[in-house]
This record gives sequence, C-alpha cells and structure tokens, in this order.
Amino acid sequence: MKRFRRHGHESQRDRLKQELYQFSKTVEHGFPHQPSALGYSPSLQLLAIGTRSGAIKLYGTPGVEFMGLHDENAAVTQVHFMPHQADMVTLLDDNSLHMWTLRRHKGLSELLEIGRFMLMGPPGAPPSVTRVTAVLPHSSGELLLLGTEGGHVFVVEVPGFRELEERNISLDQVSNSVPVDYIGRRNLEHVEALQENPTNPSQVVIGYGRGLMVIWDLENQCAIQHIPATQQLESMWWTEDGSYILSSHSDGSYCRWRVGGQEETEEEEEKEKSDIPYGHFPCKAITKIVQLPTEEGPPFLLFSGGMPRASYGDRHCITVIHSKTHVALDFTSRIIDFFVIRDGLEQTGDPSVLLVLVEEELVVIDLQTEGWPVIQTPYLVPLHSSAITCSQHVSAIPLKLWERIIAVGELQKTHYSKKPWPITGGQNLGPDPPQRDLLLTGHEDGTVRFWDASGVCLYPLYKLSTAAVFHTDADPNDNLNQSAEGEWPPFRKVGCFDPYSDDPRLGIQKIHLCKYSGYLTVAGTAGQILVLELNDEAAEQTVEAKVVDLLQGQEGFRWKGHTQLDVREEPVLFPPGFQPFTLVQCQPPAVVTALNLHSEWKLVAFGTSHGFGLYDYQQKNNVLIKCTLNPSDQLALEGPLSRVKSIKKSLRQSFRRIRRSRVSLRKHHVTNSSKLQEANARLEAELAEMELAPVQRKIEARSSDDSFTGLVRTLYFADTFLSDSSHNTPSLWAGTNGGCVFAYMLRVPAVEHRADEPVTAQPAKEIQLMHRAPVVGVVVLDGHGAPLPEPLEVAHDLARSPDMQGSHHLVVISEEQFKVFTLPKVSSKMKLKLTAVDGSRVRRVGVAWFGSNCKEDYSESGLIFLTNQGDVHVVSLPHVKMQVQYPCIRREDVSGIASCVFTKHGQGFYLISPSEFERFSLSTRFVVEPRCLVEVPLHLDSSNPHRAEPGGATSAHRTTQHSEDAEVLQEIQKSLEGDQTSFLENNVKHAVA
Amino acid sequence: MNKNHRAPSSHSLGTVEVKSKFGAEFRRFSLDRSKPGRFDEFYGLLQHVHRIPNVELLVAYADVHGDLLPINNDDNYCKAISTASPLLRLFLQRKEEADYTMFGTDSMTRKKNTVLSAVLLRPDTNKKKPPVIISLPKDFRPVSSIIDVDILPETHRRVRLYKHGQEKPLGFYIRDGSSVRVTPQGLEKVPGIFISRLVPGGLAESTGLLAVNDEVLEVNGIEVAGKSLDQVTDMMIANSHNLIITVKPANQRNNVVRGGGGVGGGTTSGSSGRSSDSGASFYGYSSHGASASAASHIIQNFPVGELDSDEEEEDLVIEAGGEAEAIGHAPSSYSIASVPRYEPHLNLRTNPSSTYSIHTNGTLPGSSGSLNNTNADSATPSPDRAKERRSLEEEGTVITL
Repeated sequence: MKRFRRHGHESQRDRLKQELYQFSKTVEHGFPHQPSALGYSPSLQLLAIGTRSGAIKLYGTPGVEFMGLHDENAAVTQVHFMPHQADMVTLLDDNSLHMWTLRRHKGLSELLEIGRFMLMGPPGAPPSVTRVTAVLPHSSGELLLLGTEGGHVFVVEVPGFRELEERNISLDQVSNSVPVDYIGRRNLEHVEALQENPTNPSQVVIGYGRGLMVIWDLENQCAIQHIPATQQLESMWWTEDGSYILSSHSDGSYCRWRVGGQEETEEEEEKEKSDIPYGHFPCKAITKIVQLPTEEGPPFLLFSGGMPRASYGDRHCITVIHSKTHVALDFTSRIIDFFVIRDGLEQTGDPSVLLVLVEEELVVIDLQTEGWPVIQTPYLVPLHSSAITCSQHVSAIPLKLWERIIAVGELQKTHYSKKPWPITGGQNLGPDPPQRDLLLTGHEDGTVRFWDASGVCLYPLYKLSTAAVFHTDADPNDNLNQSAEGEWPPFRKVGCFDPYSDDPRLGIQKIHLCKYSGYLTVAGTAGQILVLELNDEAAEQTVEAKVVDLLQGQEGFRWKGHTQLDVREEPVLFPPGFQPFTLVQCQPPAVVTALNLHSEWKLVAFGTSHGFGLYDYQQKNNVLIKCTLNPSDQLALEGPLSRVKSIKKSLRQSFRRIRRSRVSLRKHHVTNSSKLQEANARLEAELAEMELAPVQRKIEARSSDDSFTGLVRTLYFADTFLSDSSHNTPSLWAGTNGGCVFAYMLRVPAVEHRADEPVTAQPAKEIQLMHRAPVVGVVVLDGHGAPLPEPLEVAHDLARSPDMQGSHHLVVISEEQFKVFTLPKVSSKMKLKLTAVDGSRVRRVGVAWFGSNCKEDYSESGLIFLTNQGDVHVVSLPHVKMQVQYPCIRREDVSGIASCVFTKHGQGFYLISPSEFERFSLSTRFVVEPRCLVEVPLHLDSSNPHRAEPGGATSAHRTTQHSEDAEVLQEIQKSLEGDQTSFLENNVKHAVA
Repeated sequence: MNKNHRAPSSHSLGTVEVKSKFGAEFRRFSLDRSKPGRFDEFYGLLQHVHRIPNVELLVAYADVHGDLLPINNDDNYCKAISTASPLLRLFLQRKEEADYTMFGTDSMTRKKNTVLSAVLLRPDTNKKKPPVIISLPKDFRPVSSIIDVDILPETHRRVRLYKHGQEKPLGFYIRDGSSVRVTPQGLEKVPGIFISRLVPGGLAESTGLLAVNDEVLEVNGIEVAGKSLDQVTDMMIANSHNLIITVKPANQRNNVVRGGGGVGGGTTSGSSGRSSDSGASFYGYSSHGASASAASHIIQNFPVGELDSDEEEEDLVIEAGGEAEAIGHAPSSYSIASVPRYEPHLNLRTNPSSTYSIHTNGTLPGSSGSLNNTNADSATPSPDRAKERRSLEEEGTVITL
C-alpha cells in the first residue's frame, strides 16, 4: 500500500517535470561564423547565407528565420533560389547539389532538404569533368544549368535532378564553332560563369575561364555569338535590356560587349568599352560586376575588387559608380558576395539597397539617400565586432529603464539611414515577446553592448564604452573616417567589425546591472571596477579613482602581471547614457573574477585572485577588504602572462582530445559488425599514436596549498539570519576557488543616515568545504525555500517579500556538489554530489524560475547549471534533487561552455562561434523561437504543369482546407511536392548508386 | 574469544579488582564495573595510587589471552574493564622508558569493516634486539583494503584507499588506453582508463594493491566505461577522501582465488591447528609484485618459540629486506614521516627469533615458496578486510607456514 502510494507520487512528480521542463535549442543570434555563400530571392524577399560548416540560413523580415544543415560537413559554395519558387539549390565544395524547400506545416513554414544530386560523368572521365563551377537556375524554374571544370554545361531538370543529356552543351560542340583566330581556342578552360538573357530565356551566355564567352541558344542547341575576350574571365553580367554583356577579368579590367549585332563586320564597335578602373599599375581581379539601370539617368555600376595590387591589394572593396559619384566602399573583412535590391514589387525598378556579405558582417547600404548611408541591420549583427569577454542577461526590464536605454541608444545611431529594412519576406507569426529582456555583452575593447534579447532578433540597443575613463595608447581621433579629399581610389570605410583592441587591460570581465535603479557596475582585466549611472544628458565629470590594496600587507609578493590603468585626471565629457561616477582599482591589478551590486544598500562587492572588497559607492569609501591569498601561492601573483606555457600545453592536450573524440565519433557511425574489424584497426592505429604521447592525469586530493585557492569565484548579498534566528541582517557572502565561504555581517545605516554614518562589515562565518572544490555560487533560501529576491525587487512590488518567519537556508554550490546548510547555525542539511557520481563539474549556475505549462499558477524555483561535459541540468530547490538533464554543448567546446549565461526564466545563451549566440530553453513556458510563414507569391507562369505527374496526388493533404482558392491551390501543390520528395529521393538513390 | 573468560564470575559481578604494577610496586584497588568512568579519570587514579602524579605513563593490561594490550582511550579502557574476570592486571611504564615492542600484533577487530591491528605481547625474554619504535596502536589506521572479494569476478580487484586527511598523497596517474572486451561479434577493442604511473611514496604505491597498467573499471561503484579521462580524473578527485577503485590488474597471476582449491598446493608447511586457535587474529597484506599478492598473511601473536620452516624465514628476510634495507628500498623521496607505520611489522620478521608465524591461505596457484621470489621484497603489507578473513575462516584453508 505504501509502496503503491509512493509510486503514485513519483509518477505525479514525473508528470510535473514534463509540465515544467522541456529542452530545445531555439534560435541562433548574431552573425554566422565563416559565411561562404550568399543568395537572394527577389520574389520571396529572402536572404540566404551558406557557411563553411554546411549550414544554410534564411532571413526575411525581422523574426523570419530558417536554418538548415547539410549532412555533409562541407562548405556551401553557392546558393541559388529557383526563380519564383520557394526552392533553393545549394552547391557544396564536395560537388554535391542540394535542393531545399520551404514547406508549410501546421501553419508554419519549415526549411527542408528535399533532394540531393551529384553530377555523374561518362564512365572513365576524370572527376574534373563533372566538377561544378557555375550554377544557373533557369528562369523557367524547371532547369538547372551546371557549368563544370571540364568546360561542359550539363542541363538538369529540377526539382527531381533528372539529367537531360540531350540538352547538355559539351565543350566539343562549343569549341568547334570558336573562331579560328581566337588565341585561347585550344583550351577554353572551365566554365566560369553562366548568365541568362533577361529578355530571352532561351539564350544563355557561357563564360569560359580563358576569357571566351559564347551565347548559346538552348532551343536550337547552337552558338549564336562568340565574344572573344582574352583576359582570364572572373564574372559576367547581362544587362537588363539584353543588349550588352559585361565581363570582368583577373587583371582588374571590365569590358562591355554588344549582343546580337552583325558579327565579324562590326567587331570594333562590339567591344564598346574596356576599362581598368584603377589602372596604370597592375590591379587585382574584379570578381563580380553588376550594372543596373535607373528610370532616368545613368545606370549604377557596381563591382568588387580591382584595386591596385601594390598599394591597396589588401583592401576589401566594392566600387559603386553612379553618374559622377564614385565610391570605393572599404570593408574590414573579405567580401563573400553582394547583391542589389531594386524598387518595385517585381524588383525591376531603381536600385535601392546594396547588400554586401563580408566574412564578419552583413553591410547594407542605402543607395537612394544622399551619401549612401548604412542601414542598421535588425539581425545578423556581428556580436564580435570586438571579442566578447563576458555577458549578463537581465530579464523583465521595467519599461521606464527600457525606454531610456533605447533613447540613449538612438542618439548613437544618427549616422544610420532612416530607410526601413529592405528584406521583408515572410510573416512573423510568433507571439510578441512576453517581457523585455536585455542581454549585456562585455567586450575586449572595454565596451558593453546592450542587446534587445526579448525576441528572435538580437537587436543592438546601446553601446557603452569605458575606455574614455582611462588614458590609452590609442588616440581616439585616429580611427574615424580620415579619408583625405581627392584620394584615389575614393575609399569610404564601412562596417563595424574591428577586432583590434587598443589595450587588453580595458577588457570587460564582469557586468552587473540593477534594472530597478539603473545602476550598472562593470569590472575589467586590470582590476578596475566602475559604477555607472544612467543619465539622459551628456555630462562632463572627473572620475575619482580609489585604489584598494587586496594584499592587505601580506609581505614578499611581487605582482608580475600588467600594470593598472592610468585614470584621466581631467574632467571627461560623457555622452548621454551610462556615465561612470566612481572607480575602484584593485591592487595588484589582477582580473576581476567576481562582482556584485546591491543598489538598495548602495554597495558593490568585487573579488580577484587575491581577495575581495566591499565598496560603499554612496560615501565613496571602502567598507571591507579581505585577502584570501594563500601565502605560498606564487602563481596567483604572476599575472596572466607567465602562464602562457601551461596554456600551450593545455591547448595541445585539448587538440589531442578533440582528435580522439572525432575518431570515436566516427566510430559510432559504424554500426555494422562487418565493419568492426576496420574500426578496430583504426583504433589500434589511434592507440599507437596515443602511446607515443600518452595524456596522463594526476589523481590527487585537493589541498590548501593548491594554486589559486584564494581566487574569489562568487559574491552574494543577502538579508538573512547570520548571527541569531530572530534578527535578520544584511550580509555579504564570498566563495573561493579553494572551497571556502566567507560570510560578513553588514551594518547598513537607515536611509536617513545613509550619507553620514559608516557602513560596517564584521566577519561572521567561514566555511571550509571538506572537498575543497571551487565555490561557484551561494544562494540563501527564505522560510519557504525560495531564493531571496533581488535587491529592490520587493520595493518595486515585483516580488513577494521573502519569508522571514521560517528558518533560512544557505545553498553552497561548488563545482562538485550542492550543499544545503541551516542558518544561522551553519550545519549541513542536505547535499547532492555531482562529480563523485558522474565526473562532471559545474561550470555555470543560475537561479531560475519555472512555470507549469498546464497550471497557470504553479511554478517552482530551481538551480539551472551547465557542466564541463556540456550538459544542462535542473536541480530543485530547496531539496537539491536532480530534476532533468539534457546534453547541450559539445564538451570539447570549452569557450562555448564558458560563455553560457542563464536567464531567470529557464533560458540560456552560449556562443557557438565568436559571432553567434545559440539560444536554448529549458522552460515549457518561456520559449523564444522563430515561428514564421513564407508564402510563394503567385507568379503567372510559375504553375508547373509537369509536376502533376501520375501517382503524385494523394488525398490526405488535400482535404484539409477549402477556404480560399489560392490556399487550396497551394495546399495541393505542397502535397504534390511532398510526394515528389519520396519519388525524387528514390531517384537520387538510384543516381548515387 | 574464550567465552569462559569473558563470562564474569558471579561473585565479582559488581566490581573489578585491579592489580597495578609499576616498576616493582604493586597496587590493588577495585572499580565499579558498571561505572568505570573515563580513561583520564582512571589515569589520574593510577597516578594517584602509585603516587607518581607527574609521571607520564603507558598503561597496559593483560587480556584474557594473556596478550599485553594498551589502555590509552575510553574504548580500550572499557574493554579492559568489561573483559576483566575477575582481576584486571595492569602494567605501567614511564612513557619515556616505554618499550613499545612489548605489544604484539593482535587483531581485536572491533568492526567488521576495519582492521584495528593490535600488537603482540612478547615476553621480554624473547626480545633480543629492540626493533624500531612504532607508535601506539591508537595511531593505526587502515590505509587501504581489498573489498567485496566475494562479489567481484576473480579477475577484478576492488581497492579502497583511505586518505583520512593524512599527508601522504594518493599518488597515481591515469591515462587513456584500450582494452579488449568479449562481445557477441567477437573480441572488440574498447577505450579504457588505465593507471599510468605510481608516485613513489604515495598511498597507491605503498599499498601495493594497484599497479601500472591496471585497468580502472569503476570509481566508488560507478562504472567508468564511456567516460573521458578528465571525467574519471574528476570523479577520483571528488572521492579522494575515500576512494574505491575497481581495477582489472594487469598482472592476473596474483588474484585472490576463491573456492578454496589448492589448499596443499604450494604451501610447504603449516600447522593450521594453531592458526585457527588464533581466531580473529590476523594481519593481511598483499603484494602485487610477488605472487603472494592478495592472499592474506596472518601474523600470529603466540610466542611460538621456533619457526616451522627456515626456508620461509628466508623468504621473509627478502620480503622485508631488513630494517635499513626496507627503508633503503624506498626511493629517496620517501620521507620518513610518510613511511607506512606498519612497516616495522615487516621488520620484526627479520628477527630470526621472533616468535610468530605466518599464515597464508594456501590457495596460490604457484608455490607459496615463491615468496622466495626476489620480487617479494617489493611487497608491502596492508590491512585487509574482514570479508576476506571471513572467507578464509569459512574455507578453513588457513595454513601456518
């Protein structure tokens, strides 16, 4: 009977867990790492970016995002949308072609891979024959022309990838008709480019690497015209009226050729213009050229590259020429591709916007506003314009603070174009974000960026720079636009990616924002702690520095690291926004490892590897300094530089680990027992390698003599029962790397005396954990077992005031276990061991609140934590019971694990690359993910009769909706596509086999 | 234990007679058996009755077997009182003059899972050469043990290392490697974790229960299969205060063989009758290098007077290596302070006239004469676990060499 009941209880708990927790990776914020291809669909108004790791990402109007990943881990080299369809073809560098489509499912669109294809040459042909170098989706939407390295053009029917052998344009066919006097006729080389005549779909121009261009009639299978360029071809462009072809070449020249005139006789006229725009001296290749007409006036000419090799060969430029205006846009990273968006519904009007994908960002330039200003991108913002060093997430920002931050942010964005975001495809069907969330990222250059993290788009709101407080080597004036008048080429710097930091000591290490008071504290690499206040006006002020000696007279130490930053003594003009009003500098100037701010008590606590301190920022004096340094710990004084060796070593070891894990990963794919031997052989080889360089791990209990035991890992303020169970007092808690917890009782004067009476701190407790593992978190639970609210949370009526009747508990989170102690007498009550059981260690931890998705009023608090194995777990409070566990990050991804931050509502962010945050959610109630729909605009000739193949129609999908004709039509089409997929996949299988 | 002795005489139910000897002086007094008080009170009383208030004393008593056992804490004091029947004979010595060697190995095993090794009372007449000073039994702690022998496969060994806050490092390294498993598809190589190095003077080395290339299978009962080297490292460190490692020893010749085969196998001599008399008295040790490894060796606490076999005695000489040698064998980093405290026991055996004998369960596949093996000197003793002893008793294979 008893057992029965318990069983019932457990299943009830299991059900509750399902209502509370659910893990999913929802959306990637930021800019894709190592983009390699760009595509754009004028009809869908969608942008596609392929990456070197085989990911494909689609973006439309803000909130509309899709992501796909090729199974092959190969770089995406080309992305092409099929004209007037929701289909897209990608070419990978393993020469495989993939067909993707946006399919509607339960009212939302999904990006699906529906087919793959590898070009098969005749038996015995070298692989270069079928190596695809150029892809042209034909405007009919039914054909794909594939130019290859061997010089052939293959014609393939899509979406089924059926080779139409009879329509292939072989090299022999072409070279037979090449004029006898053409110098390159013996070897035309590969197909460099393919273009369709915008006015006549049956004509395409094939550009060969050697320079020859051939206009080919697809219907009659014959060459119409030969364009005998002699320079190595880089790209071609067929002008909109069909009368000219522009070719760009590797010597930095471009030529304009007339199409269709009488051949031979007018050859001189035909080659109307040839130009090396940045000429005289040798130039680099022009890799892409585009010319677009305007309604009235001269056309726009845009090309990338072509810079003089010797003087500007290292610049990444796109030149835009329109009438008398000539600008060389100078980007900070390599150009991947660019395109121009034109006005009008059918995208046939004047060029309006230039989109440039460079390696580290997407730059969008408004071509219709004077000065061609940049348009702020609502997504794909490079998070890493300076490397991210830390981050903090602040949930549920009060509207007032939100508006002020936006307002000061707007003042920083005056140089942006006012033009609305030009990519507007799809509909964002996601609900409005339930609350306003801020993500703050600290950067290496001393800036803090404020991002709107409420929704799918991580949008930059405001950027704070702390560098102005200090003297730095760099002159603040020299990085602005300094392009001199009359400079040639006429450079203009664009883009915000600037990875170079003036002074690494400026790097931000810890951030703490109080959302109620608008106080912000940031701490950096050189032991600097700034307290800032939001001010809507610019202000000129001097920031007073207070030096805090954390060694507290411990003799015989010599700091070997960097020096502290020099503070500007003269008043500095701070723009509207967060303005520093107090500065604490730790001595030795080691990196700040823990930081906390209590805006109600007006105290800031900070810690380094040497100790911690408490600073009263109202009276601007120190309340407490505690040295935690072990006198024998020499390493802690050496500063970051002298540990280079060990970093090198650990790098080497982690590389080995990665290599090994790759091998073992590969091994997992081998499921077949017949392949076992092979796997064993590989393992043996691997073992042999391992035995050459065995990685050993020392097994030793931790001792008080270990290095960095004094490093302060966490600081926590709590109003709780520290000395006796009847009086609660303010307290400060500090946890160290050596498994020690220090508790101080604080006396904070009443508000009316706050300005003149001193704040005092008295040591109250010191807990040395037996297992000596680093303490990564301290939380005090109130009488109900709920974590104490944040400062001012209760004052703003946003949290229930904590229960002060029942006894409080202290939760100490070490890297190895969770321990609950009673208060005020500290005695161990419960614990949960982690490392001893599964060998993983806590890396990041946060308190989170989980609401049930079934019962509106039911919620629980818990600890959400990430281990060094990359798993996220939830532990219940106050009973510290393991609730759920999900694999989240690869354990080899050390920087990803280190970058993880949790929100108060069970979500989290971590860096999947230097420029991208992955967002994940453990909560059933708070999930931010893209929910969007893309509908294919009805194009007159887009209904493809050939798709209605026999056997294709099944009724299941058809009978769903009958409301609108268009919708029904689409539904049918979708279902047909659905069936086509399987058919097509079979086809592909045949092809591959 | 002799129950007759333990049973209190009817007429002395309430009190214990105490006869205390200090030097040549005797004192007699009685104590309330039901309220013996605490040891320090008793100690004060002794100082008082002997009128030696400021003399540091070493208190010993003769137990029911005639063993001289120390009284130095409340526990053994109570034990002494409760087992005294009817007389409690005390022997007091000045601490500075105290002859620790008079205590012999005993095994007053109080708990099933720990071995409290007591020492042997040896009459002064037998003592020819004072061996090294060893500390009082209260300072003895188990440092390692083999456990769960009855439930583990014979090829595996579960070793418990007691860190106990002592200074000695655990002292070993682990590495990745591969091992062979039998699978339905045949033999398959799987990744495994192995011991790669033992730090000289470390706990792991000094126990002799772990060796380089032993495969680590479990840490504190949790399988390590599928875990990375770093994970296993962290698990071991997290459990370092009481680390239980299950290994598959690289050298499979030294395994404990259960099932009691080979009683007579290799053992050359023995008088098991006597050893069974000794009952619970045993002192187990093992060596990985020598073939004698996990078998339990029992040092009996009876003054035998003559050894059964000269041959075996020579073995012991090699094994222990003599006082100087034993320490000399230790690498230079072997600090005196970290010398295992039980080492002197070994040294005792070098004394040819030492009156004890060694028991082993004679189940070794090879001859126990292989104790002669030159490897044997690397053997280091370790306390063993009661379980093992149990199995010895059950199978009755204990043989005196």
